[in-house]
Amino acid sequence: MNGIHDMGGMHGMGAIEYEAREPVFHARWEARVLALNLAMGAWHKWNIDATRHAIELIPAGEYLRMSYYERWIARLVTLSLQARLLSRAEVESGRPDPGSAKLSPALAPSGVEPMLGRGAPANRDVTVAASFKAGDKVRARNIHPIGHTRLPRYARGRLGTIARDHGVYVFPDSRAHFLGENPQHLYSVRFAARELWGETASRRDSVYLDLWDDYLERA
Amino acid sequence: MDTRDREHRHRSGEDHGHDRAQQEVPPDVALRVKALESLLIEKGLVDPAALDAIIDMYEHKVGPRNGARVVARAWSDPAYKKRLMADASAAIAEFGYTGRQGEHMVVVENTPKLHNLVVCTLCSCYPWTVLGLPPVWYKSAPYRSRAVIDPRGVLREFGLELGEDVEVRVWDSTSEMRYLVLPERPAGSEGMDEAALAELVTRDAMIGVAKVTLGKGRERP
Repeated sequence: MNGIHDMGGMHGMGAIEYEAREPVFHARWEARVLALNLAMGAWHKWNIDATRHAIELIPAGEYLRMSYYERWIARLVTLSLQARLLSRAEVESGRPDPGSAKLSPALAPSGVEPMLGRGAPANRDVTVAASFKAGDKVRARNIHPIGHTRLPRYARGRLGTIARDHGVYVFPDSRAHFLGENPQHLYSVRFAARELWGETASRRDSVYLDLWDDYLERA
Repeated sequence: MDTRDREHRHRSGEDHGHDRAQQEVPPDVALRVKALESLLIEKGLVDPAALDAIIDMYEHKVGPRNGARVVARAWSDPAYKKRLMADASAAIAEFGYTGRQGEHMVVVENTPKLHNLVVCTLCSCYPWTVLGLPPVWYKSAPYRSRAVIDPRGVLREFGLELGEDVEVRVWDSTSEMRYLVLPERPAGSEGMDEAALAELVTRDAMIGVAKVTLGKGRERP
């Protein structure tokens, strides 16, 4: 979707505010929100692409006003409602619905390190033909899907060169909507800065994006 | 952050006189989180001790010192560097740094003629296993919007002025590949051992917004 989250190349966002000796969390609630999101992920009711899309669905004005971890609260509530782990009445009252089933087992403390250490690899050991190889000239397709996509607007329609084939990976545009993994080749694609931003960009500079087969066409 | 202050002011103003359901949600974000956590615990969906363990992990075990050790070894051990550049995930796993938000690692090397900078314009993807959780500026709209269109201007704000003879490569983390910058080893560090070298390496240098210096550059100059 052409949302506010897709902000590469935008102007007007202000100066970068650097904080020296920044703490990992600025308040205890931020730490709890991170932990709640990770612990709830252990139910495997959603996936990382769905979590990103849930944040993209926050209305643009809200998105800009919220801090990072406030967006994570909104996302956790959205996903929990979608997955029916919570009801709207429960979110509003803060109390379990009368007679609601108690699920188990929740992620245990002993399960935390193995879960984080394992992560959730996105590569898939399946044979899928690659449409491109290193050195091929490609054009990022001029598409504007209304759902989740990892093809930023600033690269659409632009010419690039395949720098490397990473192998076969889950396609976020499908998995974010629980429409299957649709695994396909993922490439590192080099775009000259001048192709993206015009003649004022430095001649030497470039931007590399990781793009899936379905985002690309032969140039 | 002032975005949070604005948020607080906005909320406390907005919540007066709204419908009851709205008023029953605690207006303060910390209270809202507490209410959500209590609800999830009561429903058996989370175990508070597991939450504590997750927080302990990111506050005390996973952080930029991990990445600094990887960089220091790459500087000290040519065979390790070769493995790191060929298969970063496997070479980093030699330290036991694996898993969430570091499943698929790529290392990009800075040289006197090439500078690499990492960003995620679409969200805030960041190599947690080697750098820990990202700083606020990395997740902020100003950095995400500008790093791709004006990397040299962004670097100048970080106190890094690059000559026109230096190539700049920006890595926009659009997939699950996570990027770690291998900074240049600073001149004058020739006699230093791996542990001493690791002390020099900063988080910012591994994102690509700073160089490593002998002056214990933990902070931006």
